[in-house]
Amino acid sequence: MFLDVEPRLKALMLRAQAGDGVAWREVLTVLNGRLTTYFSRRLGADHVSEAEDLVQETLLAVHRRRMTYDVTQPFTAWAYAIARYKLIDFWRRRGVRRHVPLDDVAETLWVDVEPSGEINTDLDRLLGGLPAKQEQLVRGVRIEGLSLAEAGERLGMTEGAAKVSLHRALKALMAKVGPRGD
Amino acid sequence: METEKLIDALSADLRPAPAGQVSRGIIGVAVTGGLVALALVVWWLGLRADLMNAMHGPMLWIKASYAALLGLGGYLALERLSRPAGTGRVGVLLAGAILLVLLAAGTLQLMATAPGARMDLWMGNSARRCPVYILLLALPILAGTLLTLRRFAPTRLAMAGGAAGLFAGGVAATAYGLHCPETSVAFLATWYSLGVLLSTGLGAALGPWLLRWR
Repeated sequence: MFLDVEPRLKALMLRAQAGDGVAWREVLTVLNGRLTTYFSRRLGADHVSEAEDLVQETLLAVHRRRMTYDVTQPFTAWAYAIARYKLIDFWRRRGVRRHVPLDDVAETLWVDVEPSGEINTDLDRLLGGLPAKQEQLVRGVRIEGLSLAEAGERLGMTEGAAKVSLHRALKALMAKVGPRGD
Repeated sequence: METEKLIDALSADLRPAPAGQVSRGIIGVAVTGGLVALALVVWWLGLRADLMNAMHGPMLWIKASYAALLGLGGYLALERLSRPAGTGRVGVLLAGAILLVLLAAGTLQLMATAPGARMDLWMGNSARRCPVYILLLALPILAGTLLTLRRFAPTRLAMAGGAAGLFAGGVAATAYGLHCPETSVAFLATWYSLGVLLSTGLGAALGPWLLRWR
């Protein structure tokens, strides 16, 4: 669990608001990882390839509208509200009416999902059906929140190859589990 | 990776984002919009003929305070709703509470009045015009407020639009008090409130259309 994520990001954000580019770079990098996980989980199989575009759009919005962050409020809630808004906007632009749940206490952009034993077993069974490299990629990118480049590097793959492989793995998983709207 | 390039570009030459840009933006609209409404009252509707006398009585000030407090409620709500995750609860509660106080006072005034005179007290001479004029005076302020809001990041668009309407209506009604010669609390509680509510409703209806941002 990232118990210290709020104070850490808030401190970075304060520095960024004062014009510190290094701090801002760190904020955006953390957000990049979180947003990638958040959007990929919610976009579903048909749109998962658009997650990166949505992440970039959201980072841009966070950047352009950073003056709306109020230092008396939690940074994580601010960023989550933008991510959720962008997700709703994404569905709206595609003409899909879809309810995006407002996760009140568990701000899902920030909570690391620590699968319970039972879920872990299911997950192991599901991922176990994949080729080893694909399994490692899915675990790295989708569960641990690594970037594609980082996960690829672990396996000695280029980022491009990792992207293709991850895409295939997700497709295979989706085919197994079947379509699921959330 | 594209995203990392984007992050590099965004964090290079970062300009400071000083606090208070949101409130300064809204206050700017309040000042400009208030002046526009004032100009319209002076040159279009005309100041009330007995303005100098009225300034010595309480009613002119009660009207101005009521309208300004509604506008303040709108401002407070707007200042929160301009930001992601803001709810604007404090401002909405303030406006609601002040409306209830006025409705109660207006009802008491009507009850204390002889039944035959109640209708005149309530309707005054301008019950029909009053809400319409307030709404018209609010329109330019509402437009300016919505435009300003687009620079920020509201995520509850209907609420933010409604707060913009409440804010614009409050400022407009404050200026309208310089034209309106009505003197009863019952009139104020009904027709001023109706004008401000119309503006609030219009803002709430426009919000989801006009406040979308990318």
